[in-house]
Amino acid sequence: MPTFPFSAIVGQDEMRQALLIAAVDPAVGGVLVFGDRGTGKSTAIRALAALLPPMRAVVGCPYNCDPDSPADSCPHCAAGGPRKSHKKAVPVVDLPLGATEDRVVGTLDLERALGAGVKAFEPGLLARANRGFLYIDEVNLLEDHLVDLLLDVAASGVNTVEREGLSLRHPARFVLVGSGNPEEGELRPQLLDRFGLACEVVTPKDIPTRIAVVRARDAYERDPEGFCAARSGEERKIQKRILLARERLPSVTVPDAALERTARLCLALGTDGLRGELTLMRTARALAALDGAETVTDDHLRRIAPAALRHRLRRNPLDESGSTARVERALTEVFL
Amino acid sequence: MTGAPPVPPPSVDCDGHTSRPDAGKGRTHTPLPPPSAGEGEAPNLWADAHRAAHLIAADPIAYGGAVVRAPPGPVRERWLDTLRAALPPDTPWRRLPPGIGDDALLGGLDLAATLAAGRAVARAGLLAGADGGIVVVPMAERLPPGTASRLAAALDTGTASDRPARFGLILLDEGDGDEAVAETLADRLAFRIDLSGIGLAETWADSPDPEPGAAAADPVGDLCALAEAFGVASLRGPILATRVARGLAGDRPIGRQDIVTAARLVLAPRATRLPAPQEPAREEPAPENATPPEEPRAEPPPDDAAEPAAADRPEEIVLEAVRAAIPPNLLDQLLAGRHPLAGAKAGRVGQAAASRTGRPIGSRRGDPRRGRLDLLGTLRAAAPWQAVRQTEGETHRIVVRRDDLRIRILRQRTETTTVFCVDASGSAALERLAEAKGAVELLLAEAYVRRDRVALVAFRGTGAELVLPPTRSLTRAKRGLSGLPGGGGTPLAAGIDAAVAVAVGVRRGGSRPAIVLLTDGRANVARSGEGGRARAGAEALQAARALRAAGLPTLVVDTGSRGEEARAVADAMGARYLKLPRAEAGQLSAAVRAAL
Repeated sequence: MPTFPFSAIVGQDEMRQALLIAAVDPAVGGVLVFGDRGTGKSTAIRALAALLPPMRAVVGCPYNCDPDSPADSCPHCAAGGPRKSHKKAVPVVDLPLGATEDRVVGTLDLERALGAGVKAFEPGLLARANRGFLYIDEVNLLEDHLVDLLLDVAASGVNTVEREGLSLRHPARFVLVGSGNPEEGELRPQLLDRFGLACEVVTPKDIPTRIAVVRARDAYERDPEGFCAARSGEERKIQKRILLARERLPSVTVPDAALERTARLCLALGTDGLRGELTLMRTARALAALDGAETVTDDHLRRIAPAALRHRLRRNPLDESGSTARVERALTEVFL
Repeated sequence: MTGAPPVPPPSVDCDGHTSRPDAGKGRTHTPLPPPSAGEGEAPNLWADAHRAAHLIAADPIAYGGAVVRAPPGPVRERWLDTLRAALPPDTPWRRLPPGIGDDALLGGLDLAATLAAGRAVARAGLLAGADGGIVVVPMAERLPPGTASRLAAALDTGTASDRPARFGLILLDEGDGDEAVAETLADRLAFRIDLSGIGLAETWADSPDPEPGAAAADPVGDLCALAEAFGVASLRGPILATRVARGLAGDRPIGRQDIVTAARLVLAPRATRLPAPQEPAREEPAPENATPPEEPRAEPPPDDAAEPAAADRPEEIVLEAVRAAIPPNLLDQLLAGRHPLAGAKAGRVGQAAASRTGRPIGSRRGDPRRGRLDLLGTLRAAAPWQAVRQTEGETHRIVVRRDDLRIRILRQRTETTTVFCVDASGSAALERLAEAKGAVELLLAEAYVRRDRVALVAFRGTGAELVLPPTRSLTRAKRGLSGLPGGGGTPLAAGIDAAVAVAVGVRRGGSRPAIVLLTDGRANVARSGEGGRARAGAEALQAARALRAAGLPTLVVDTGSRGEEARAVADAMGARYLKLPRAEAGQLSAAVRAAL
């Protein structure tokens, strides 16, 4: 059955925008999606991955290296030898709750250790996710040390393994997408801050939207091929937009005025550190690239600021209004 | 294990007891619940359960499966037999053993076979083996969260370790009281069946399928409106209900009755609120109803024809039909202000996660399926024997025998951290504070032996202060306590907030927190630091409810001599309450030990 098309997702504009930005610039540092169950979080991420064009990868490389520019840290491709390439779908790797560190990071290859007495590395989930997406449902229930490790790898793009007598590095560049329901436990603020973008998704409350969602799903289930074929034009358009944005991204400029606004916004909100500014600038640039713009404008900043900043605010028990409202308030002040 | 053997026709003796040759191993004889016959207006529960079984059998993958809440016993067996008999022959049927590991569930290395053969022997996991069939999970309320999320991922993707694994899931929920199946998983399954009130005799009655009724104009719209009316937030509810309505209808168009049945089977068990009954004569929804089950689409104009307008609106009829299928205890739970499944999760998730981890403190001989293999330990154990075990021609591989296998011993983190939250305000504060200090020191001395920890939060004047971060150190505790001042207003909310923050941090660290709050409950300083009894009291109760939501075990020690304020706070926290107007240090520490 073909994957539910990205363009057929009803509503959830902010989440879709965040995912598109992450697809354009994986370095923005992951997307955190907080919200209710059954709001299409998992559908959206799988749909996005299916929409991306298949990538070329070195045959036999456990890290899906690009044959034209294999990662420096790839132990497989660094060994040299002829490189054959094949087309491969962009991977979406699910990280299950309760996954052991062994499975995530990779471990000593048990088969070969027992069978041949050879010390070899068995790549884990991080290796499989290279150049793709790593999706963690209920990231708030994942143990903190694992989240820490994931964010670390996601930021550096390299997984360093020092365990069980193994010592190696391999590329692990992926878009980290975490989702969860804050009512079931919150992420530590230090971890929250390290996600690039955070969106809040809620179940649509108005009945027409809900009906539209269920109707789309129903139509898809009754005739998946037909449904997707009818959407293929839209899908191609989004695909093209992402690819063009990737090309354009290095040339998008950020004027000094925009940088100043970014700084003032972060000051007004009292976000700690410089990560807020950096992410806001980065994501605004990706958004501008998606729009086909040459420079970042106020409009881009305004559109992405809530997602880039809302999870970096200090918790204030006096302020009953949510963090989104506080960002909006600061936006009006700064952009007056 | 493969294939469903045909179910022999059960023979019934005159008492209504079954004697079935294959009633299953470990058949338990639970006293049957009394048959709930004679409720004319209630829908036939068994007929619905029966219908659900047939729907699942027709397409296990589309419906996800069912949560079956029932004690083990003949009624549940009968339902499972119904399902099994309705499935096509040779449909895979797998039972999930408790405590199943990743290798067995998703597939991996068959360790025993690998060792015996001396080469890697892979095996498919249980889920891949169940492709196209059914996976039955006994005691699903105790399913570890990790296993639950793996099952959810397999349901979403239809694969397990890159092998196809599309299956229907039957979660057998034997829990009573607060235990419930993980909502992540239950949300993905169409049906929730409660067999606990059904007598065996009822299961023999045949109930014909109801007439489909007139074709529904907009089944999706109707089901969405119904989901909204019953407070089903997740969109999986109406999506699955639509699927069920289509399944019921088959090739003919979806009828009115199909919608009623689908809503009753799928939406009613997920209801979180009861729609206010609407009088058919009225055109407008009741004004006090905050979320009327009203469709915002164009209202049909008031119709003066023979048929009343309300009858045209499908929700009206369907609402009534579905309302009857709401679980009977839902109302009580709603009145108690508790979401049916919400209370069950929070605490247990954390605990289960903690028991899986722990710190490795060594290894011992054991079966790696029951723990984590300690590879180095295993190889180390095998190393000395290699020369003896080497056979001719095979000099390169390491020979590992079962006896060499070592698994890690994990230390369970069960230490307790008691967070004292002390009211250091007002006139009697000095005395109270001295008692609290004494109790903390006493507990600390005991904790020192048990390796438990203690923390102290004090609130007075305009805010709260963490006087003593969680510690095991006696000297540090004494130093922190001696410098603690008293007097001023009572910022109770700030104190509770601070204690919760400390306790939640403690829980994150893997330790088990407990809060002891010493106060008279008379808050008079709000979080902002401003005075005012009313606002301070309201904020204190709000903070207390937040504490309850965090699921922290709490003891409230009422140090006031009169008044019920502390009791109200304790009730809002769901805490134990202890009235000790003149607590002595020894008495207090004894009470704390007994209560927590």
